[in-house]
Amino acid sequence: MVSQLIGKYYRTGSLPHIWCPGCGNGIILRAIVKAIDNLGLNQDDVCVVSGIGCSSRASGYLDFNTVHTTHGRALAFATGIKFANPDLHVIVITGDGDSAAIGGNHLIHTARRNIDITTIVFNNNIYGMTGGQYSPTTPTGEKGTTAPYGNIDANFDLCELAKAAGATYVSRSTIYGANMIINQVEEGIKNKGFSFIETISICPTYYGRKNKKGNAVDMINQLKEMSINKTAYDKLSKEKRNGKIVVGELHKSQRTEYTEEYEKIIQSF
Amino acid sequence: MGEETFKLMQGNEACVEGAITAGLNFFAGYPITPSTEIAELSAAKLPRVGGKFIQMEGEIASISAIIGASLTGKKAMTATSGPGFSLKQEGIGYAVMAEVPCVIVNVQRGGPSTGLPTSPAQGDIMQTRWGTHGEHSIIVLYPSTVREIFDTTIKAFNLAEKYRTPVILLMDEVIGHMREKVEMPNREKIAIYNRKKPSSSLEKYLPYKVSEGDMVPKMANFGEGYRYHTTGLVHDETGFPTNNGKIAEELINRLVHKIENNLDDIVDYEEYKLQDAEEVIISYGSTARSAKSAIDVLRKEGRKIGLFKPITIWPTAKNQIEDLSKRTSRISVIEMNMGQYFLEIERIAGKYSKVDKYGRSNGELITPKEIVSFIKEG
Ligand SMILES: Cc1ncc(C[n+]2csc(CCOP(=O)(O)OP(=O)(O)O)c2C)c(N)n1
Ligand code: SF4
Repeated sequence: MVSQLIGKYYRTGSLPHIWCPGCGNGIILRAIVKAIDNLGLNQDDVCVVSGIGCSSRASGYLDFNTVHTTHGRALAFATGIKFANPDLHVIVITGDGDSAAIGGNHLIHTARRNIDITTIVFNNNIYGMTGGQYSPTTPTGEKGTTAPYGNIDANFDLCELAKAAGATYVSRSTIYGANMIINQVEEGIKNKGFSFIETISICPTYYGRKNKKGNAVDMINQLKEMSINKTAYDKLSKEKRNGKIVVGELHKSQRTEYTEEYEKIIQSF
Repeated sequence: MGEETFKLMQGNEACVEGAITAGLNFFAGYPITPSTEIAELSAAKLPRVGGKFIQMEGEIASISAIIGASLTGKKAMTATSGPGFSLKQEGIGYAVMAEVPCVIVNVQRGGPSTGLPTSPAQGDIMQTRWGTHGEHSIIVLYPSTVREIFDTTIKAFNLAEKYRTPVILLMDEVIGHMREKVEMPNREKIAIYNRKKPSSSLEKYLPYKVSEGDMVPKMANFGEGYRYHTTGLVHDETGFPTNNGKIAEELINRLVHKIENNLDDIVDYEEYKLQDAEEVIISYGSTARSAKSAIDVLRKEGRKIGLFKPITIWPTAKNQIEDLSKRTSRISVIEMNMGQYFLEIERIAGKYSKVDKYGRSNGELITPKEIVSFIKEG
């Protein structure tokens, strides 16, 4: 079944990919493709837009209309694409640095507009491509090559950010639960509005090594240990909440969608 | 519709009129003086003709959005000034590399930084040429009358589509805000160029392959079935990234030569009283207007002087300028900066002719009177 997916949706000519052995990116990418397959979308109608980073290399491996843009700007390119041609299903693949640091403002405003774009953040808590510098999601106290004495920044809760900015579908998953990712991407694509999916990934090469997290299998097991659903999380005492990853659907709401609203203006003349 | 009509128009308005005539159907922008009217008028006019306007969260977002829109087949434009133009540079480089047609208007104001927001300046001449990093060529057009803004905006779109490249339309505060009575051309007589689309079968489409004797690949729109990849990385004919030095060299050479080898098509200029001229002024944009008046005064006094006004600023009209330098004894480059285009003219003309410069950067217009005395002193 896997090879069937690869044959249909991957550009086999552009493989092998550049990712390190044990990298979490491949798991998320396969889940995205599986979700698209489950929904039965026509490949010609799908546009995958990514920024710059290890994760953002994903667009080149997929057989859709694909754009590998500039660092942090995937959502702005995607906004142009979706607004120009609302018939396309626009999916953005981005990293935690790409979406939350250099591209943080675009994330806020794309959510605010509630334009029908589905964004999947491959959150590995580090800048992978540039060799392990700390990112806006590196937990406080952890190390990166630019935080040799431990990161003193507070880290972002990206889902809270997306929700507050106006996203109408927000969820989180980890690469331990591929089925959960598939389900969330499906829900995200089905939602007529801005959908934000944060998938916690692993970078054994930099984040893992710098912070002595063990090998890829160890890191995936840690994700499993840390994951908890919202209801269970809410019942935990404050101390026990520390270090937990709340997974599942975190927010859903209904609001007018940007391209539809603009179409009404065009139709009014 | 087919008749010529007269209209009183502002420069920025003529830009929007020209753009819509050329097929503009997507505008993304962020307000900044003195370009704001272009965004405001686009917001008002585009939905009426089925086009789209979006105010983005900044200039980087705006250039990104127009590149995205162009990939779906739209004719896309953004407009800005100084600080915003600086922000767009990375995006302009992306459009160069991925060969995405689009038009970027820069109505110049005084700089550096926030500078003199409401004063005229021509300080971005070199930035338009070398603003984005890396080896590249770029097309930059600079009109100097309201009617010329209309025509040049159309030309900007045509060249962007023909050469699959970003085109920068340079203006300045004076011509952007000036109102003039304009004779609008008969629309049926205006030539509009649209990007060449692939005719190959879906499977055979190589997005960056050029056919024999051509330097510009055919461009499919996203959503039409030709699924392909674009990237700002060096890429081969398939659009996928490569580190191969030979492919990189071929690509960069093609991107530069598709422009530099087509000067006859791209280079546009106006000559004023040059036939018998022994002396030349080279000036562009609003300063060229003062230069024309100065020439009229000097001609009355018996001086054989004329104006060469480049409308295409980059690539430079090097053949024409070299010719001029061979048949005249003095070329004066007059511009509202401290000698940016002068550097280029001196490089081309310095071998054969004396090349002088006159200019400043204090936000004040260069008057005909000043030019007259500068020429007389020389
Ligand atoms: C404007 C700009 N600044 C910096 C870079 C260098 N850079 C490339 S990727 C990257 C960070 C990537 O981190 P992330 O988005 O978390 O993706 P990952 O590689 O971890 O998947 C940086 C800083 C760049 N390409 N462009
Ligand atoms: S550096 Fe990290 S994120 Fe990048 S490919 Fe390797 S493991 Fe994955």
